[in-house]
Amino acid sequence: MSILEVKNVGKRFGGLQALSEVNLSVKENSVHAIIGPNGAGKSTLLNCLVGKLIPDTGSVMFDGQSVLGRAPYEINQMGISRVFQTPEIFGDLTVLENMMIPCFAKRDGAFELNALSAVLSQKDILEKAEHMLEEMNMADKRHMHAAAMSRGDKRRLEIGMCLSQEPRLLLLDEPTAGMARADTNNTIDLLKQISDERDITIAIIEHDMHVVFSLANRITVLAQGTPLVEDDPQNIRGNPKVREAYLGESA
Amino acid sequence: MFNLNKKDLSLLIIVAVLTLFAPFILNPFPAGSAMAQFNAGYPDLMQRFVIFGIFAIGFNILFGLTGYLSFGHAAFLGVGSYAAVWMFKLLSMNVIPAILLAVIVSGLFSLLIGFVSLRRSGIYFSILTLAFAQMMFALAYSVLTPITGGETGLQLALNDPRILGVSQTAEGNIPVPGLFGLEMRDSADLVIGGWVFTFNVGYYFCALVLLASFYLSIRIFRSPFGMMLRAVKSNQQRMNYTGLNTRPYTLAAFVISGMYAGLAGGLMASMDPLAGAERMQWTASGEVVLMTILGGAGTLIGPVLGAGFIKYFENIFSKINDNVLHSWFSFLPDGLEDAVVFIIHPFIGKGWHLTLGILFMLVVIFLPGGLVEGGQRIRGWLKNRKTKDNGSASHETNPAE
Amino acid sequence: MDAIILQILNGLDKGSAYALIALGLTLIFGTLGVVNFAHGALFMIGAFCAVTLSRILTLSHTIIDETQKDFLGNPLKVEVPYVHDLFGQATGDAIIDWAVPLSVLFAIPIMILVGVVMERGLIKHFYKRPHADQILVTFGLAIVLQEVIKYFYGANPIPTPAPAAFKGSLDFGAMLGFDPNLIIYPYWRIIYFGFAAVIIGGVFAFLQFTTFGMVVRAGMADRETVGLLGINIDKRFTIMFGIAAAVAGLAGVMYTPINSPNYHMGMDFLVLSFVVVVVGGMGSLPGAVLAGFLLGVLESFASMREVIDIIPGINQIIIYLVAIIILLTRPRGLMGRKGVMED
Repeated sequence: MSILEVKNVGKRFGGLQALSEVNLSVKENSVHAIIGPNGAGKSTLLNCLVGKLIPDTGSVMFDGQSVLGRAPYEINQMGISRVFQTPEIFGDLTVLENMMIPCFAKRDGAFELNALSAVLSQKDILEKAEHMLEEMNMADKRHMHAAAMSRGDKRRLEIGMCLSQEPRLLLLDEPTAGMARADTNNTIDLLKQISDERDITIAIIEHDMHVVFSLANRITVLAQGTPLVEDDPQNIRGNPKVREAYLGESA
Repeated sequence: MFNLNKKDLSLLIIVAVLTLFAPFILNPFPAGSAMAQFNAGYPDLMQRFVIFGIFAIGFNILFGLTGYLSFGHAAFLGVGSYAAVWMFKLLSMNVIPAILLAVIVSGLFSLLIGFVSLRRSGIYFSILTLAFAQMMFALAYSVLTPITGGETGLQLALNDPRILGVSQTAEGNIPVPGLFGLEMRDSADLVIGGWVFTFNVGYYFCALVLLASFYLSIRIFRSPFGMMLRAVKSNQQRMNYTGLNTRPYTLAAFVISGMYAGLAGGLMASMDPLAGAERMQWTASGEVVLMTILGGAGTLIGPVLGAGFIKYFENIFSKINDNVLHSWFSFLPDGLEDAVVFIIHPFIGKGWHLTLGILFMLVVIFLPGGLVEGGQRIRGWLKNRKTKDNGSASHETNPAE
Repeated sequence: MDAIILQILNGLDKGSAYALIALGLTLIFGTLGVVNFAHGALFMIGAFCAVTLSRILTLSHTIIDETQKDFLGNPLKVEVPYVHDLFGQATGDAIIDWAVPLSVLFAIPIMILVGVVMERGLIKHFYKRPHADQILVTFGLAIVLQEVIKYFYGANPIPTPAPAAFKGSLDFGAMLGFDPNLIIYPYWRIIYFGFAAVIIGGVFAFLQFTTFGMVVRAGMADRETVGLLGINIDKRFTIMFGIAAAVAGLAGVMYTPINSPNYHMGMDFLVLSFVVVVVGGMGSLPGAVLAGFLLGVLESFASMREVIDIIPGINQIIIYLVAIIILLTRPRGLMGRKGVMED
């Protein structure tokens, strides 16, 4: 049963055909990696999924509903959460507040004029945020300014914020880019744990083969804006077309 | 109490004590003494303190929380004033309906202008709000003269209908704004020794409104809505990808702050029932920005401090003249005395704006958090010194407010 | 037809001033990424350079002229400008008469100096601060500059006439074959327009044809990369700031005969110039110039009686109205580049 169906998606920027005839099917509760050399159109594809870009052709269905033409916040409310390449968090707010905001978004929807009740009186939200912080092992940092944390912690917080929304699909855009090896391994372990323990589908765009092969149980290789092959990790390793297009240069 | 935590409650109590005892606090010098000219406890000035305080509190809800810098907020104050004066002309001299209409009308204007301006952010937003305000100013000054009174401003007249009141008093005068029989201009003097303290109905009315406004702003700051506004300032991208629609949040903040401005405008008209276009000019918008920044944008008490500070020193500095300076520095040798007076001269009297400009630059450069940050730094410094004296090395990090 | 030509001409001089100020604003914004609310003050300082020079030139000493007597028969005291002593009476008078054009030379070094001091002393520290902080600190600076000028020169406008040779008007209509006196246009406004055209052309040529200009343009497009090439961008940008200040200052100098300078003229022009920059497209030099003239002419058309009769008050708000419409329909302005201040 696939949760995300991308059919015939094409996107053009001026003279550049960034995506053409992209077909992709992400199975529920899988970890699906999208890999490809630089300029293969991975980020463009991701932006088409979350509403930042609207593809010129094709359709994107999430859980049977089209996401095209919806604003990012609407798509998020449908159940897709996104983790950015550089962690996007609320730097001026405390870690606890960072964690509370997605909880509010989950409970109250895209807008709620809740201007007279105190934040501290929202016991359910507080409880949920605290719980999530503990799960992310950052309860001791709850009163810290988020901007003051290390990059690894910011990444952890961002993933935690996404998880607290209980999304059905978690999209990650090169989550370990620019990270030290130790932080990368921590992130891999965290994502593994998430996919094992939760009822969640993960789609990950990644450059680092170590990350991809540690996590993914399904891989799509994108080259020049179009999928080359979609298969299981062991088959991808052995696929000569993939080796030629991608792994040949980096493996 | 009031559903506030201890810290906020004490802040509210401090503001309450300061405003309610202002006639004493601001009149430290005996009447008739040489220093009496520096007393600020007369009704007109005290009213301005609190009215601009309300204006700045409202502006801070927009700028301090969301970071959207509006350069046209005076327009809403102006609109509020016009609305209130019209209420005095048409309905009655009771200030309640006048202020209500002022808030409603300015709310409608800010809804319209905010809806358009908030489609853009950053400097574009600032310039859009500036453009709208200048447009309203220009129109109020020229074609809308039948509604706004144009250059002379909107004034009450003896032949105004005043459906629920009287067109003129028994003595043939224009009636004055009041609240169920209490006239806003009524004052009672309390004489203690050489001191004269004036208690003015209008001032206390404004002060109560200020307290209510301040209380409301605390509630907004501490609410989920307030947290969302701070999140907008911090990272709009994350907001969008967290399923939150930023547009209605910013628009709500804009309208709330516009209504605060309208409230201030309505109060202004209630104290002195006339309204002029110059209240809407962009320099007036700049002034509220100054107050908020100077006090400390994004803090609760900052805007009130900033408004009080600017209005107080405007009053004091404009009154100091060379004679006063000479008397102050008379202990210096003659040549030196003249030199000092000569140096200070450009900054006093009519030079108050120069002082203000310099002060403002210094604050933006060295103290972006305004007076509140200054206070915190001093407190931190004192604390540090204390702990050093005690020889303890506790490094406590307080989450900044 | 004649009315239309007249309005276009009328719009040109104001449009020239808008274009010159907007050009400098855009240069500063494009190169330094700074939103300079004190730019109007530079325009005003330029205007007061003209006032200052004409005061210097008319500095006088008193002599007793034995040849003239007052009605009591005493010798008359006459004020004689020092320039008379230096250059003789005829040349001296001519110099005083030509004070405004001469101020251009006087103003260039002063304005460059003011600009450089401003950039090094203040603006430099705000490159990395948020735009709101830049707006606020330059707004504060604008207040200070205007108050300083007010302190020294007073609050009233100071008439600063054009040279006698340029007083009077050109009958432009007669030249085109219309009836005489239908389209008359003061000489000085023609001069102002020509002057603005020369300055604008000069700035563009400078940016287009010199190595210095090329580096600056490259820096406007991508500051980081140019910095990585080992070129000292900062120094060039400081000079650019000086040039932008000079452009604004010269616009002010030459504007004095059209409108007597007062201390708040900078602020008056600044608000409109910002609107001009935004309409033209933040960071686009041709856009700033185009929008400057366009809005100047539009404003002039909106002031026609025929137009005001249909839509009262339109002359007061046309510029703002156009700006609002442009910002909402073409968020990048007329000629704005992608990625410049888009958020």
